[in-house]
Amino acid sequence: MRVLRLALWRLAASLPTLLLILAGMFLLLQLAPGDTVDALMAQMGGGDAALAEDLRRFYGLDVGIAAQLWNYLMRLATLDLGFSAIYGKPVATVILERLPPTILLMAASLSFAFFFGLVLGVIAARRVNKWPDTLISTLGLIFYATPSFWFGLMAIVLFSVYLQWLPAGGFGDITQSYTGIAAVLDIAQHLVLPTFTLGLIFLAIYLRIMRASMLEVLSLDFVRTARAKGLSETRVVTKHVLRNAMLPMVTLIGLQAGTMLGGSVVVESVFALPGLGRLAYESVVQRDLNTLLGIVFVSALLVITINFLVDILYARLDPRIVSGS
Amino acid sequence: MRVLKAYARSPAALIGSAILLALLVMGLGASWFYPNDPLGLAGRPLQWPGANPRFPLGTDPSGRDIAAQLFHGARISLLIGFVATSIAVVIGIAIGAVAGFYGGAIDTALMRLTEAFQTVPNFLLLLVLVAVFGSTLQTVTIAIGVVSWPPVARLTRAEFLSLRTREFVQACRIQGLGDVHLILREVLPNALPPVIVYASVVMAVAILLESALAFLQLSDPNVPSWGNLIGLGRSVLRTEWYVSAIPGFAILLTILGVSLVGQGLNDALNPRLAGGR
Repeated sequence: MRVLRLALWRLAASLPTLLLILAGMFLLLQLAPGDTVDALMAQMGGGDAALAEDLRRFYGLDVGIAAQLWNYLMRLATLDLGFSAIYGKPVATVILERLPPTILLMAASLSFAFFFGLVLGVIAARRVNKWPDTLISTLGLIFYATPSFWFGLMAIVLFSVYLQWLPAGGFGDITQSYTGIAAVLDIAQHLVLPTFTLGLIFLAIYLRIMRASMLEVLSLDFVRTARAKGLSETRVVTKHVLRNAMLPMVTLIGLQAGTMLGGSVVVESVFALPGLGRLAYESVVQRDLNTLLGIVFVSALLVITINFLVDILYARLDPRIVSGS
Repeated sequence: MRVLKAYARSPAALIGSAILLALLVMGLGASWFYPNDPLGLAGRPLQWPGANPRFPLGTDPSGRDIAAQLFHGARISLLIGFVATSIAVVIGIAIGAVAGFYGGAIDTALMRLTEAFQTVPNFLLLLVLVAVFGSTLQTVTIAIGVVSWPPVARLTRAEFLSLRTREFVQACRIQGLGDVHLILREVLPNALPPVIVYASVVMAVAILLESALAFLQLSDPNVPSWGNLIGLGRSVLRTEWYVSAIPGFAILLTILGVSLVGQGLNDALNPRLAGGR
């Protein structure tokens, strides 16, 4: 219960941050040349000034910027993100349609990077300065240096074009209408390459952090005690070291939630996934600033939610956090 | 001197420096090696590397020399990486130093701002900035700097928090030295080493951000950028994959070089951490 209260307190503390982001973004977008009405008029093929005047009044753009900001925040409080002139739908609807692929992709990439980062980091630390360590650390450096979109393209060339093992893009086979298990398998198959592509750099980061923190924890006194008790090395690592060594990695998940979401913009465009990231790219190209603002809002919410979950996880792993405060 | 020696002993640092030096020569000598406009028409499009001795790395879908774009792209990548990193480091140090040195309400306010920047995914913020201010070389470089400073600010703040109560700082305070002197002359030099090491990470991220932006064709289309070329290669990926493969490899090598130099600096500046593990 105390864990939850602590996490909720942190959640409440992020509200001013969210407000700051929204106000900042809103003011920033005021600097953009042209507004929603201009975009709309351009799409309609132009119109006279009187029509523009009417439309501006309709979209609430005829009042001062401070009043517009206030109205915007008030509407946000009721989760009304405005209307997308490009998609002809409420922004909230557009975003909600695009959210599942992104969340699925992020969850898959995170699991992939976390699991293999952990395993490789442990192996490297156990064989420190021997060849497995050198190999894993070198691989980590190379993975870190690989631009994700380039890795994605090369993976398409190898696995989709030459070997023809996996689909090159999309979120499902549109020529078939699968149901049940078949549909799940179909989506999973489409997510394999994007998951590796997005997860690669995080795998590199996690394995490096895991290796360093394993080495740090292995040198502590309680590990020597555990060894002196006659525990086998495997038991020492799994029962005593792992839990402590994982803490920096868990912290990193929260810190990098935003980076991962940003990375999905690129990965989703490479693999033509209909997700939030691709929507962000499309709204930049189409100058749909209303939708862009909505995406920033939803992304910030997503990052805050992930950090909330990480806080709970962290407190579970390290009881000192709760009892200490 | 000791730092320099330790740096020269690290194989990581030597390999990294060699890569960066080669890139620097490529970038600086680009106009000498390839005096013609790298974005100008050079020959028949889509010639495979090695097929024509005039184009050792082949030509792209518009018939432009890939090798020439590679050389001129090195200049752009290094330039953007260096300038954007400088911007990020200067903003980060300024905010982190003031927050860490003064603490209290100023600290809270500045850290709220930093948190706000970290809560918005940096690539998304970059897209917004490009959408608002356009995508010329200058705006893209500044935008990358503006989205990359928060980790630098956090790091600087942490260093300042631990340094500001040290005795040498208190001694200077008793001598009646002003805050500006304390921050710039006393605390900052001691806080700098970890920040310099971290600058290599910022630079790697900056180069990756630019190439990702250029790949999406949202960066300046009038400069020869590696990311741009990768994006152009997408349309012919199924058959002429080398168009995308070659510049991507160049980016990989660059980031590798920057990371290795960072690692070498880290080992040289924190000798206690090196060797032992």
